[in-house]
Amino acid sequence: MKILLSGTASDSHTWNLVYLQLFLGELGHEVVGLGPCVDAEELADACRRHAPDAVVLSSVNGHGYRDGLAAVRRLRAEPALAAVPVVIGGKLGVAGRPQETETARLLRAGCDAVLGDDLDALRGFLAARVHGGVPA
Amino acid sequence: MTARHVSFGAFVAAAADAGRLVVQPRMGFGDPRLMRAGLERTRAATATTAGTLTVDSYTRVGDLAAARAAVADGARLNGYPIATHPAAVTRALLAGLVDEGFPVQVRHGSARPEAIVRALTAAGLDATEGGPVSYCLPYGRTPLRRSVAAWARACELLAGAVRPGAVPHVESFGGCLLGQLCPPGLLVALSVLECLFFAQHGIRSVSLSYAQQTHPGQDEEAVRALRRLAAEFLPAGVDHHVVLYTYMGVYPRTPHGATRLLEASARLAVRSGAGRLIVKTTAEAHRIPTVEENVRALETAAAAAALAGPPAAPDGPDGPDADGGEVLAEARTLIETVLDLDDDLSRALPAAFARGLLDVPFCLHPDNPGRSRGLVDPTGRLRWAATGGMPIGADATTAAPLTADGLLAALHHVVRRYDSAPPNPEDGHARPPAARLTVRPPAPTSTTVT
Repeated sequence: MKILLSGTASDSHTWNLVYLQLFLGELGHEVVGLGPCVDAEELADACRRHAPDAVVLSSVNGHGYRDGLAAVRRLRAEPALAAVPVVIGGKLGVAGRPQETETARLLRAGCDAVLGDDLDALRGFLAARVHGGVPA
Repeated sequence: MTARHVSFGAFVAAAADAGRLVVQPRMGFGDPRLMRAGLERTRAATATTAGTLTVDSYTRVGDLAAARAAVADGARLNGYPIATHPAAVTRALLAGLVDEGFPVQVRHGSARPEAIVRALTAAGLDATEGGPVSYCLPYGRTPLRRSVAAWARACELLAGAVRPGAVPHVESFGGCLLGQLCPPGLLVALSVLECLFFAQHGIRSVSLSYAQQTHPGQDEEAVRALRRLAAEFLPAGVDHHVVLYTYMGVYPRTPHGATRLLEASARLAVRSGAGRLIVKTTAEAHRIPTVEENVRALETAAAAAALAGPPAAPDGPDGPDADGGEVLAEARTLIETVLDLDDDLSRALPAAFARGLLDVPFCLHPDNPGRSRGLVDPTGRLRWAATGGMPIGADATTAAPLTADGLLAALHHVVRRYDSAPPNPEDGHARPPAARLTVRPPAPTSTTVT
């Protein structure tokens, strides 16, 4: 399927994105990579332009919960983007461990999954969304 | 602010004359009290230290509204929002701390640093870092031409805000770029070109950065090339030193691996004649380090540097600079190619990227050509797998197509060497015992790419 891969608004990290682009491509997905520091508006624009089957957000700078929330709310505010699956993962807070309250807030805002840095979980999330296909 | 003031560059030069390596942490807290406590502890460390005030990511990308909202919410930020807290708050946090024995550098990572420069000068500071290319291409989406214009204005703002006796200082981050898998020739060239750019915009004291890479011998050659090219290309009267960064790629997860890599970087700094070292901590692979972890890293690095002995004489017939080596030749070619485009680097740098004459490997920025690629060769040296349109050759070794696993292996080349426990991962360089090894809980085992 077609995946839109993006960094979050305040996150400049690139290697996570370079790696995920290769990883997702090797799983057989078509990947559109937006690069780092994509704000919510740019993300929504890109979703309209590319009509992806899923959006993968990666954040490792500690602002992931906050930036991810803004991104998901912006996508869900638009009827055309209300249903596109969105998953966020990486290192999302400054504390170095998952924060339950922040995770719950992201899920309530319409994020379909909040992952850490476990790539098997990402693979599983995407496999579950491949229509009628056998996951790679 | 204190009346007695010494410039950042003069502080490093005086330490070098006394045979001391200046060590500096990365450190930034949103709360002014925590920020002050961090600087106090840095100053009190058993080492010759410079302080760091790292700005948060919202301020870095110019989203001052988000920084203000986060401060208002009491949210924990990953740095100090210098353009959000009033100047009086920042001045109070620095009062009695910054003086001739302890300069503080503002670190940020912004492609549009004018607001940060205004805020730091309003708070009485005058040292910062970055660059029109190095804080643009690897770290965001700001068009290169806009970053170049913003950096020109920021340098002029800083140069114009001079207080009596002060010499504003700007460090180029050009020797770091994406932190890993960029062969040294391009890192050295960009450091020199950015410092030339700063000088063209009124800055009279600069530092040239280089980040420790995968091979100690190649790294030493690179730092020496950087010093030689800086002396050659920077205008007379521009004060300069080299700042080395402890490895910036995927960092060892074990305390012994992290400590040994830090110590190796301190010895590299001394061996190659760098004046300053930006350290990493044993917590680096896991989270933002605490003040305590930073202080321990500063003291470990200072102890390793003190034990390293004097550097080899660089200029003798048998000295390591005698023939210069391939890093020097590659960097010189890149610098001269860019300067041939236009004497004004505000025009030459964007033109060089537009024509593919400079090309940062793995960089996803729209203004980067994206046709170059680095690899780690079997000896552990960084080489070019592809150079795109740059005026330098790719290495003869045939590069396999890039895969996720291959990239991960290259990104983890150093971490593997240091986290496993051979007696000495430095290929034969003498290594004194680790100054401090702290036992910590085992690291999480999941795959992380940062």
